Amino acid sequence: MDKIQQLGRHTLDRFSAVGRATYLLIGALFGGRPNLVKGFPLFVKQLYVVGVLSLVIILVSGLFIGMVLALQGYTVLIDYGAEDSLGPMVSLALLRELGPVVTALLFAGRAGSALTAEIGLMKATEQLSSLEMMAVDPLRRVVAPRFWAGVVSMPLLALLFSSVGILGGHIVGVEWLGVDHGSFWSIMQASVDFKDDIMNGVIKSLVFAFVCTWIALFRGYDAVPTSEGISTATTQTVVQSSLAVLGLDFVLTALMFGN
Amino acid sequence: MTFQSQNNAVQNENGLTPHVELKNVTFSRGDRIIYDDISMSFPKGKVTAIMGPSGIGKTTLLRLIGGQLYPDSGEILVAGNNIPSLNRAQLYKVREKMSMLFQSGALFTEMSVFDNVAFPIREHTKLPEDIIRTMALLKLESVGLRGARDLMPNELSGGMARRAALARAIALDPELIMYDEPFVGQDPISMGVLVRLIRDLNHSLNLTSIVVSHDVHEVMSIADYMYIIADKRVIGHGTKEQLLQSESPLVQQFLKGQADGPVPFHFAADSLQQDLMQG
Amino acid sequence: MTSRKVEISVGFFVALGIAALIFLALKVASAGVTGSGETYTIHAKFDNIGGLKVRSSVKVGGVIVGRVESIHLDPEDYAPVATLAIDTQYDNFPDTSSLSILTSGLLGEQYLGLEPGFIDETVEILGNGDYIEDTKSALVLEELIGQFLFSQGNDD
Repeated sequence: MDKIQQLGRHTLDRFSAVGRATYLLIGALFGGRPNLVKGFPLFVKQLYVVGVLSLVIILVSGLFIGMVLALQGYTVLIDYGAEDSLGPMVSLALLRELGPVVTALLFAGRAGSALTAEIGLMKATEQLSSLEMMAVDPLRRVVAPRFWAGVVSMPLLALLFSSVGILGGHIVGVEWLGVDHGSFWSIMQASVDFKDDIMNGVIKSLVFAFVCTWIALFRGYDAVPTSEGISTATTQTVVQSSLAVLGLDFVLTALMFGN
Repeated sequence: MTFQSQNNAVQNENGLTPHVELKNVTFSRGDRIIYDDISMSFPKGKVTAIMGPSGIGKTTLLRLIGGQLYPDSGEILVAGNNIPSLNRAQLYKVREKMSMLFQSGALFTEMSVFDNVAFPIREHTKLPEDIIRTMALLKLESVGLRGARDLMPNELSGGMARRAALARAIALDPELIMYDEPFVGQDPISMGVLVRLIRDLNHSLNLTSIVVSHDVHEVMSIADYMYIIADKRVIGHGTKEQLLQSESPLVQQFLKGQADGPVPFHFAADSLQQDLMQG
Repeated sequence: MTSRKVEISVGFFVALGIAALIFLALKVASAGVTGSGETYTIHAKFDNIGGLKVRSSVKVGGVIVGRVESIHLDPEDYAPVATLAIDTQYDNFPDTSSLSILTSGLLGEQYLGLEPGFIDETVEILGNGDYIEDTKSALVLEELIGQFLFSQGNDD
């Protein structure tokens, strides 16, 4: 009986967390009149923190994953004499799946946890309360720029991930393993469709960006303002974002690429 | 609820116009009652202290006045406006005339001291940069930190951080300023500086100051009026002289810093004999 | 970090992202039929469309000239009808042209092979909304096996 009570309370806690998170999002996006002149520099600064500083890990990971894909794909395809299909294999895997998903996971780990820790710390040192008492809405000033920065930068990062991955696949496949340069690119071009593959990947990325950034910001804002609380919140961001990304990926893939 | 400006308030028993009033406020957190039907009055232009044992929620009181928390019942009037009934836009308007100094200073860590002080001016006015610069420098001068204006908050000592936060709190010339435990953990010199600043700023800017503290000695040297809170209610209030003559044993224990009295030394437990025998 | 440096690096980052998108759009995706955009419609009836799908390609001698826009059943005789969108730059197909459902490679996807027929004064050119009469349906594996077994049986 006790367990069921606990389960019930746990479920209610989850629901109330979702409710608070929704308040946060609505307050950040729709609270008050948007001030583009004041808000834009904040947005740019956050784009730097969230996007530019993630470039290194994204580009390096993309390169390596593209190269590994080409290596592994080659060993399988060569048995069927189908090594010319290496181009479409690498590019479709990256554009449809690995680009958006791996970028989202890396983003959640690097930028997401940083966002949570930063906002949690601002809460613990009462900076958020100070903003409130100074009649500045912390949701608009602190949360909103970070949200838009996350939503804008993740698709860009995913595109860069896929591009670098394809180039990496080219390096390994064509330069090293001897796949024909012409076939690599021409069969790829015949198999990859802009709307269905690239844009679907971008849409996936946008959905992941929305969810990961939302989770990271909420966990920071809602954190217990102690060092332990912030540490818990950061871990929760990474875990929850990752699970959400993988779950949503399944749903989106079924919708987009299923029948 | 119409938005009132000041000077409509009724005078309290001392003949002073209250700037902030709490009327029959009850506040609880979960099932725990923090305040049970308390009423307080803070006269305009004076320094009023709120004292009491640690942990009873004195900071909560400031948050209630500032509108960050809502009471279960009762009215909280600031310059005639009932805070819990205001909508967001009205609340933000009232807050422009209010300032709070947090225990840790709460400076924004990514900006310099100067930018911290200039922040409220830049946010709420459209003044040109050179006027903002003058204003910020003057505020820093009044707390004695004009030379430290380009330092970052992590380069300041605790006392300096609090002074910088104070400069920021007075940047827009508020009418009410609330201090949350300003003397905690300060060395005697910084303590003296802060005490002097609170008193001088109150007089020169004609502020209403509310100081929450449990440092009896420091608070008594500057407060015009004091409230002592314990056990969910006000157990004593008055000027320094009135309190020292109070007959309440709780007030006396608090003011004299006695270890044992109405607030017991021993946390509730079984008798010592029983505990030792069960071990 | 001065705000000037921040702005420059953010601008660089966004430009890089857009460059990646352009790179992908041009070098990776098919810039084929979606290029010119203008198409006209031709219908074709089959007995069996096999594995033909919407968006399968229509090729003449291996060159993509159009795509399958939709596949539905004729409401009267329930025969499968494919609607094709052909690029307008190829507007000279006579109505004696033939359509076959072919498979690319051994295990590949199916596409429509379009063979232009002969042209003389009696022949009309296919225009928007016309039907191609000469169609060869897909090869269905079971029928092939059935034919094979039947012919085996006849040899005895």
